[in-house]
Amino acid sequence: MSMRITHPGILSLLQDNGRLGQHRLGLSSGGPLDSEAFYLCNRLLQNPNGSTAIEISAGGLQLLCTADTWICLTGASMPLSVNGKEHDNWTVHRVREGDAIEVGFSRAGVRGYLGVAGGFSITPSFGSTATVVREGIGGLQGKALNTGDSLPHPVLKACKSLFLPARERPRYLNSLTVRVIPGYQQRIFSRIAKRRFFGAPYTVSERCDRMGYRMQGPAVNCAIGGILSEGICPGAIQVPPDGQPIILLNDRQTIGGYPKLGAALSTDIARLTQLNTGAKVHFAPITTHTARRAVRLSTLRLSKLPLEERRN
Amino acid sequence: MKLQVAGENSLILYLGKDVDEATSARVHAAVAIIETALGDHLLDLVPSYASILILFDMQSIDHMTVVKTLHKALAEPTTRAAVRGRTVALPVYYSRETGIDLEPLAARAGLSVEQVIELHANTGYRVFAIGFAPGFAYLGQVDPRIAAPRLDTPRQRVPKGSVAIADRQTAVYPSESPGGWNLVGRCPVSLFDSTQEPAMPIAIGDEVFFEPISRAQFLSLGGDLE
Repeated sequence: MSMRITHPGILSLLQDNGRLGQHRLGLSSGGPLDSEAFYLCNRLLQNPNGSTAIEISAGGLQLLCTADTWICLTGASMPLSVNGKEHDNWTVHRVREGDAIEVGFSRAGVRGYLGVAGGFSITPSFGSTATVVREGIGGLQGKALNTGDSLPHPVLKACKSLFLPARERPRYLNSLTVRVIPGYQQRIFSRIAKRRFFGAPYTVSERCDRMGYRMQGPAVNCAIGGILSEGICPGAIQVPPDGQPIILLNDRQTIGGYPKLGAALSTDIARLTQLNTGAKVHFAPITTHTARRAVRLSTLRLSKLPLEERRN
Repeated sequence: MKLQVAGENSLILYLGKDVDEATSARVHAAVAIIETALGDHLLDLVPSYASILILFDMQSIDHMTVVKTLHKALAEPTTRAAVRGRTVALPVYYSRETGIDLEPLAARAGLSVEQVIELHANTGYRVFAIGFAPGFAYLGQVDPRIAAPRLDTPRQRVPKGSVAIADRQTAVYPSESPGGWNLVGRCPVSLFDSTQEPAMPIAIGDEVFFEPISRAQFLSLGGDLE
């Protein structure tokens, strides 16, 4: 059984938890930008963690069901409708053969996750279904979803109609504090440069994609323009000669030669990728110890969020 | 040897400062040691010219423990035994039709095209790093006489298999892509094929030789002149 894409929207990509262990071939990890909304999509659908779902950027996706199943849309506030009737986000819905699903354009946030009960059945490449368009790897032939694509999924007998209570849903605002673990070449940046980076507000520029988010603000100057190319970790903050920091994301190149200040915390990256152009970002330094506690706490919180069951 | 924090679940190990054989050999040897020492805690590794980025599972291990484990493992003399990379020969059809930059390169160096080809082919190259794109391997070092800077304006389209020079490095384009390196020939062997295991014929630490082949050999090996 499958769902057929009748309109792909701006950019819709099949994603799982991402591709690990293949950096040596030059493959980036891919995977959902907002890993938290993606995780909750699968949790609501009672799917195994990391089941393949669709990451919808901005909105505009339309699909046709060819079998009865259940769906759930999490992440950005994209209006969800089935056969023209509006349905709640963060909620599991029953859909029937012949139903038309439409995901509108986001009112807040940028990335939405549309999952199906059991997850989409996509053949992994290099151990993952994550689509990295730049590399032509993952998803369906390494491409973004297109009209006519057919996404197979299992047909399950049962799925509870769970929803995330409104009070627990994230609010996607226009400002964010991104916590940063100082690392890499942070010592070669002057104290003044670092004070500027951690003190001044930055704006999300128009040059943002799955490879990286380029910030706009006071230039962070570095005495060294380039370094010997080295491995780039998720969230690494690199500073090219123009001094405008770039936060490197899931589809980044595996190695690079710009000096780096450190790396952003994963939980804050998830929120960062929900920001629109023009949103304000502050950076705050934290220790590895605090980072570890924050990430573990956030992971625990997500796994324990109380889900409720709809009765009707 | 210097271990530095990179991110919440990563450290970067520096084993030198320069692009050279000795540093590359240390990187290659350390990769195996790190894999053994960290086992299941290791999520991924990114070896490069003089460093290795280590990504670990932060749910099961922390920075401090990784640092301690690696210091101990990397200090042990018994595990220091040189791990030799393989030697791999890659066929290359050097010609004006596949190496559009051969003539300007020759003119720049004050050599003939044939001499440029000979200097490029008669050298063993170390795989220093893989990145930029899947399967793109940075090989070094090119004879200084034929080292040449990248083009001022990168080409929109470099054919798959193109063998190229930038400064003292050389590479084979694993797929068609934009690129600013100086093209000298074309290799009919695929440097990255997701349907094959392994996907790449070469790995970090290997030594690569280029074997000049004729147009007919290039075509019979599946080469594409498009």
